[in-house]
Amino acid sequence: MKKMMTGNEAIAYGAYLNGVRVGAAYPGTPSTEIMDNLSKYQGVYAEWSPNEKVALDTGTGAAYAGTRAMVSMKHVGVNVASDSLFYAVYTGLKAGLVIVSADDPGMHSSQNEQDNRNYARFAKLPMLEPSDSEEAKEYVGIALEMSETFDTPVMLRTVTRISHSSTPVEISEEGPPAPPSEPPLYERNPQKFVMVPAYARGRHIVVEERIKKIAEYAENISINRIEPGDDNIGIIAAGSVYQYAKEVFPEATFLKLGMVYPPPEKLIREFASRVKMVVAIEELDPFFEGQIRQMGIEVRGKDIFPIVGEFNPGLIRQCSVSAGLIPAFEATAEAAAAGTSTTELPIRPPMLCPGCGHRGMFHVFRESGALVLGDIGCYTLGSAPPLSAMHTTGCMGAGIGVAHGIDKAGVKDRIIAVIGDSTFFHAGIHPLINVLYNESTVTVVIADNSVTAMTGHQQHPGTGITLQKKTTRAVNPEQLVRSLGFDKVDICDPYDLDGLAKTLEDHLGSGKPSVIIVRRPCVLYTREKSKAPQIDPELCVNCGTCLELGCSPLMQAEDYVTIDPILCNGCGLCIQVCPAGAISK
Amino acid sequence: MKNIDILMAGVGGQGTILASNILSEVGLELGYTVKKSEVHGMAQRGGTVESHVRWGDKVYAPLIEQGHADFLVGFEMLETARWPLYLKKGAVVIVNRYRIPPPVVNLGKAKYPSEQEIKSILTSAGGRVIWVEGTRIAEELGNPAMAGVVLLGVLSNMLGCNEDAWVKVIQRLVPEKFLELNKKAFLAGRALQVA
Repeated sequence: MKKMMTGNEAIAYGAYLNGVRVGAAYPGTPSTEIMDNLSKYQGVYAEWSPNEKVALDTGTGAAYAGTRAMVSMKHVGVNVASDSLFYAVYTGLKAGLVIVSADDPGMHSSQNEQDNRNYARFAKLPMLEPSDSEEAKEYVGIALEMSETFDTPVMLRTVTRISHSSTPVEISEEGPPAPPSEPPLYERNPQKFVMVPAYARGRHIVVEERIKKIAEYAENISINRIEPGDDNIGIIAAGSVYQYAKEVFPEATFLKLGMVYPPPEKLIREFASRVKMVVAIEELDPFFEGQIRQMGIEVRGKDIFPIVGEFNPGLIRQCSVSAGLIPAFEATAEAAAAGTSTTELPIRPPMLCPGCGHRGMFHVFRESGALVLGDIGCYTLGSAPPLSAMHTTGCMGAGIGVAHGIDKAGVKDRIIAVIGDSTFFHAGIHPLINVLYNESTVTVVIADNSVTAMTGHQQHPGTGITLQKKTTRAVNPEQLVRSLGFDKVDICDPYDLDGLAKTLEDHLGSGKPSVIIVRRPCVLYTREKSKAPQIDPELCVNCGTCLELGCSPLMQAEDYVTIDPILCNGCGLCIQVCPAGAISK
Repeated sequence: MKNIDILMAGVGGQGTILASNILSEVGLELGYTVKKSEVHGMAQRGGTVESHVRWGDKVYAPLIEQGHADFLVGFEMLETARWPLYLKKGAVVIVNRYRIPPPVVNLGKAKYPSEQEIKSILTSAGGRVIWVEGTRIAEELGNPAMAGVVLLGVLSNMLGCNEDAWVKVIQRLVPEKFLELNKKAFLAGRALQVA
């Protein structure tokens, strides 16, 4: 029987079928649904860890103890986990460990489009890349076996278009292997697991010999295969790009790489000898191209296809036509000739939801005129017009440290660092300690909507509930910052604009490090809604002050503003900002 | 079997994901290989949503190539107008006659295109435009959020398959308490006489 599954669902299913019993992750688009799905299978322990590094250490610990484990994260999450990645490659494990990296070419929901295939080469571990959901399921099993055969973690790379595309998956008649009857035994082996220099030197030799062995193994593994065809062009591709290239070059000879690192050199040489021209089609970096050229094989790639952005079949066709590899496709030419322009259409960027607590907070920030150093989450939308009240965003947890540095440089602006609750638990605590320890005059605002909202409302250490819906102790941010030594700590409601503004002025003027927790649970999560206010067109002076809140139910009519009662959440911010008193409930 | 490429476009929260799930499962039910792709993430925050559904004998990419779409199903007028380059010559464009003005329009900084402008963008790219009062019909049935299922009803006629597969999939994917309404919405769309 076949079932439609997204790549993420299929990865979770593959992990379940292959006896993964421990899973850990931090949410991040496009990886989030992997752990969400794995957590629902019986006999699996799965958690949201505070960040990706903690998740990877958790998976490594389980694998040390002889239990198959999987950790998943978005591409930039691997940056956070990378310190752990490198030691885990050195130590090896006891049971299989799969690390899923979900990359985001095109940056649908990310701050960069780094190509994480580079991590495989950098950290010296094998990496597999599926090209549809069936392969995603299969490759998890292959990765676990490889992990145990070669005693190394194995990375599984997906991209947005694999993670979030649905394709048919064969449903297995058999379930997962039976759980072990005895609890696992941890075997103490310091030479293998204690990476002090004396032992690590020995392990480095193991790592180098191991990756050579895996490269030999890659020569004959069925997921690396030559698909014979027309010998004029030989295409090397993997993952989603393989599928796009098959649309454009249905007749060509292909080398489809299921294992993207290490490369199978003999297989590549044989492939190259069969065709007149070798073309590497790959999104982002020239990862295959560079290694193939290093083998002394002539190869084309980035001279034809872009290094920037996400690919699609149309783009591969266009580039291939320009390079003279294939004739032009009529319909595309026709559509282009029709001169259909959509560039004039009004854009529709994402924006803060009606009723979102962040809106009032950014309104107050803007009015304060302070410099606002921000972070990653829904509240990053506060940087966009009309609120325009956030001035940096780099990565998870960066805002507080950047604010500290700006203060130390001697900038005269008043300085706010803003960070969400889930992001605070992820990477905000250490820079907050630094603000106190090295004394900077920064007001740190924790924008607390009491859930990981951006990625679809996942639990976190502050919510009191685990991924598998167990009630647990909630870490209280207020208690935490007070215990660190902050003595100026306040809690505000962002629906109370005057109250928040007063507290903010008090903190900014205090000349000391301080924390304000701006708390209002995400209305999309709580589903709370109250009556929409109305605007009296007679009283409305059409000044546009309410429109500056950037709230979608507020609409410009002829010479006044109206509120769409269906979209409106009833938060009442517009009532508070209207200078004419025209808005009331 | 000939490949059938269907592109769906709308605004986050309009139910495009449920509709594209139904469409994919129906394809599977009818014996096609099916691939579907959409981007989630920021969509819930009121942004643009697109979903690609492909039925065929042998389908490689989950993404429809420009110039290849047989159908474009638009849940919102402006969002429909963004995809002319994807239309095959003679492609059918089913447009829900419903506007969700984006913030720039609400702020009075841009103009929402007229019905005529939208039609001309799509027809000059080779599309045959069919207007459907999807939201109004769904509203009359009791819930405007079912507009997408009305549009699927219209589409189902053009795909030339009987309604059993559709009803079966709707029963499987829609929660019990919304089931009857969704079936009604689908049949209302299917019963529409469209040019």
